[in-house]
Amino acid sequence: MFPADLKYTKDHEWLKPAGDGTALVGITNYAQDALGDVVFVDLPEAGAAFSEGEEFGTVESVKTVSELNMPAAGEVLEVNENLADHPEAVNEDPYGKGWLVKIKLSGGLDGLLDAKAYEALVSAESH
Amino acid sequence: MSTAASELMKTPLNAAHRALNAKMVDFGGWDMPVQYPAGIIAEHEAVRTKAGLFDVSHMGEIRVKGPGALALVERLTPNAVSKLAIGQVHYTAFLYENGTFVDDLLVYREGEQEFLLVVNAGNSDKDFAWVQQNAKGYDCTVVNESPVTGQIALQGPLAVEILQPLTATPLDPIGYYFYTHGEVAGIKCIISRTGYTGEDGFELYCAAGDTEKLWNAVMAAGTPKGLLPAGLGCRNTLRLECKMALYGHEIDDTIHALEAGLGWIVKLDHGDFIGRDALLAAKAAPAPRKLVGFKTHEKRDIARDHMPVVKDGQQIGFVTSAAPSPTCGFNLGLAYVPTELAKVGGTIQIEIRGRAVNAEIIPTPFYKRSK
Repeated sequence: MFPADLKYTKDHEWLKPAGDGTALVGITNYAQDALGDVVFVDLPEAGAAFSEGEEFGTVESVKTVSELNMPAAGEVLEVNENLADHPEAVNEDPYGKGWLVKIKLSGGLDGLLDAKAYEALVSAESH
Repeated sequence: MSTAASELMKTPLNAAHRALNAKMVDFGGWDMPVQYPAGIIAEHEAVRTKAGLFDVSHMGEIRVKGPGALALVERLTPNAVSKLAIGQVHYTAFLYENGTFVDDLLVYREGEQEFLLVVNAGNSDKDFAWVQQNAKGYDCTVVNESPVTGQIALQGPLAVEILQPLTATPLDPIGYYFYTHGEVAGIKCIISRTGYTGEDGFELYCAAGDTEKLWNAVMAAGTPKGLLPAGLGCRNTLRLECKMALYGHEIDDTIHALEAGLGWIVKLDHGDFIGRDALLAAKAAPAPRKLVGFKTHEKRDIARDHMPVVKDGQQIGFVTSAAPSPTCGFNLGLAYVPTELAKVGGTIQIEIRGRAVNAEIIPTPFYKRSK
């Protein structure tokens, strides 16, 4: 569950560059599994700008809450409105219907991990 | 740092949980399932509508037996032990002299002078030492049976229907908080009509070596009826909806039994138990704080354990347990607040990640099953 076309953070977010300067952002399968049943996702308004690593929202599950950190600097173009009524999409399809925000990138992606490096990190955390 | 899995204590069902793909966590030094693949909400709903099966083998069991056993248990606990019939169970506590909690526990009356005390896993060693230390001068033996005892809890409205085909013991006549010795699936056990979920159900105590066989038999009997294995995650949301106390949250060694709303287990006119003097004094003075139930109004306003209750920027209390409630469908919790604010219908404020959020005090328990 580590799609090769995504970039990852050590905080378990993913970023999918569209190739036109925009990207989708979500949390990884590992993150949704650790959280358990997601019941609410608190997301910013379109237009908000964030620096790399800045907190942009929270994911609440039955048992805990986790901060969301922006994988790369950018401005929010769109949030996944579907999550307001269907937060479980984050559990069921973290790399698809469970995406969180679409951003316009304002900087580079150098700080991100590729699938292989992220897999190694997750495997180290699981032991 | 979390403890490496290899150093954690394991129940006899550890391999069974892993075979079911449970997510395991460190729970007070025990390697325990927090949830199975169905997830906390599905497991919670299964217990409310059908049935769930919990591994509670980590709980501690202490047997007190001998001519001084009744006197010792009466000294150690505030509930009316002498009124327990053989085969009856009650909820009670170990208290310090100042009325705060060593632990909460169940007392099983096994004989005129024989009791089984069932205590929290994380407090088991402390409790055993507490009983031993106070047993001096009482003519009885105190044995820690935790290492040789397994326990599973079958909870939910289908509990009788699932369990009855596995035992010759008639289950219907066993009243709530009564128990009997019998066999389930050919395994000797205590069949106890108790639980920590607010539903009908049974807690089954057996020899540690028989636990996996017992678990597998109940799973096989219940799965066609909708039984799910259930982890500690839903155990917490289930008990919270019923306002059942959890040590380290609603009760601990800084909170006394009356402010915790547990006056009903404190029989001040029943013998000289440890903590009685302090609770007599506490009863005479108005309690400065009280445990209340609350709900928040917005979906995003989810309080969590230990968050501060605030007023005009000052902390005036704290949340003991809180969560989005699967059964009630809103975000709820329990909190200690100053007594003058502890009125149903009143508003308190909880600080959730820097925001002061309004919460309404509502009646508890949040959930009560229809009989």
